[in-house]
Amino acid sequence: MEAFQNLGFWGTLLVTIVLSALPLVFVLLYALVTIYLEMKVAAHVQDRVAYMRTGWHGVLQPIADFIKLIQKEDIISVAANKKLFILAPYIVFMGTYGAYAAIPFSSIFIGANIDLGAFFIIGISSLVVVGILMAGWASNNKWSIFGAVRSAAQMISYEIPTALAVLIAVMITGSLNLQEVTKFQAGGIQNWLIFGGPLPLLQKILITPFTLITFLILFVASLAEVNRTPFDLPEAESELVQGFFTEYSGMRWALFYVAEYANMFLVAGVAVALFLGGWESPFGSFLSGPIWGLFWFIIKGMVLVFLQIWLRWTLPRLRVDQLMYTSWKVLTPFLFVCIIAIGLILVL
Amino acid sequence: MTAVRIYFNNIWLALSSIAIGMRITMSHLFVKSVTTQYPDVKLKMPERARNRLYVNIDDCIGCDQCSMACPVDCITIETIKSTPDQDLGTTSTGQKKRLHVPVFDIDIAKCCYCGLCVPPCPTECIVMTDVYEFSEFDRKNLIYNFSVMMPQDIEQARAKLKKAEEEAAAKKAAAAAAAAAAKAAAPPAAPPADKPAGAPPSQQPSTPASDTPGQPGKS
Repeated sequence: MEAFQNLGFWGTLLVTIVLSALPLVFVLLYALVTIYLEMKVAAHVQDRVAYMRTGWHGVLQPIADFIKLIQKEDIISVAANKKLFILAPYIVFMGTYGAYAAIPFSSIFIGANIDLGAFFIIGISSLVVVGILMAGWASNNKWSIFGAVRSAAQMISYEIPTALAVLIAVMITGSLNLQEVTKFQAGGIQNWLIFGGPLPLLQKILITPFTLITFLILFVASLAEVNRTPFDLPEAESELVQGFFTEYSGMRWALFYVAEYANMFLVAGVAVALFLGGWESPFGSFLSGPIWGLFWFIIKGMVLVFLQIWLRWTLPRLRVDQLMYTSWKVLTPFLFVCIIAIGLILVL
Repeated sequence: MTAVRIYFNNIWLALSSIAIGMRITMSHLFVKSVTTQYPDVKLKMPERARNRLYVNIDDCIGCDQCSMACPVDCITIETIKSTPDQDLGTTSTGQKKRLHVPVFDIDIAKCCYCGLCVPPCPTECIVMTDVYEFSEFDRKNLIYNFSVMMPQDIEQARAKLKKAEEEAAAKKAAAAAAAAAAKAAAPPAAPPADKPAGAPPSQQPSTPASDTPGQPGKS
């Protein structure tokens, strides 16, 4: 960003628009790929083959789906609160996309290199809850409001373990700036925070079990944050008929859908930046550089996204009480123990 | 102490069972799919599959037994008696055909594929095939007309029957008059066209205008 400082008002505006649209291009392309991946994984897990008729092994199916969604009629039910109903998908997408501003895609590309990056992501992605509640309320449908209420309860509960896990990474690296956190983990796979980071050997050995647990908890909590199975209670196709977006159709529905997939990569990206070395190459200085950085970041993110898909087609959905139990009685206490232990080890 | 143990045990159970589940799903990712690409690859139907009905009309003797066996009344049969001077030929099972079959309609949309029409057929001319792809854009196209009689043939057969009946009635009247005139205990003069000997055990041949009940929308 520092390179574009003396361009005047219009130049700055243009550069800002282009730079802020770049992640959007990425998100849309990524959503197409991931929807395809999700359907293929789902099918093959169940010994099926999924799309086969649109292009080679159905690779054009997401595009066909997209074209279909554009053509669909935009239905707003009579009983809905029209203003909120229209606004809700944009808020959900905004909350997700806003968080992309602080995601370090590469050593030279980050939307906004702010010092409070991790904090900003946690804060702005809470906006999603507002959007979901808005959608559920405005739909004026009992399933939608159930979904919205469940979603609010779930997301707010799981924000605590997520924030605590992020806090642990911040404790070790001493920075909330994700770019700084990534640079801290330079020098190969052994320096990633999941393996204790580049600390002195004794500290590293002591800290590694706790960082592993923290990463695991961050991953589980982020699954719940993005409403993925086994924590997809707000959507729950079988009982709530898609929950808060039952009443949506066409492009508004697609916006929710894209936001959901964008959210998947968002939490994967945060986990990668905090614990898996971000855009740093796993081989130290080998294959590193701005372009390779982008490559490594996306590859690591996609591995986590694949893990999310894999889990989705493995596990059944949790009950509401089990969901709350997991958050408050398992994840949060474990993280408190981790915070105390890591704090003590760092003081050593 | 037990509560603590149960707590950690539950966590361990959850993690280990998730690991087992993920191993299973991962192994299934590389299993050959069990489904087939239907329009391109078709599974062979079982030998005794019950799908679309087919009637070999050349063998049909118009006995109406399949229609009576049908629980949903999807078979409509109309027949015209033949006169003694007509030869309708024999079926492939060697049975003599005595009835014209101007209408043999099966409304396959109503058919429930029970197969009850197949066993009663004395000449085995109605069978269930293994064809299952016969969707149509218009429901009327699902009424299959198996009869091969031309309209003029039907008219001819009807006219012939009418003439024969009239002749028989005239003969009967004449015989009755003669009998009345003779006032003798004459042996009953059998009307020739009233009951064809050896007719299949069926209902009385229907008149041309009659319609099987429960057959609306017949083409």
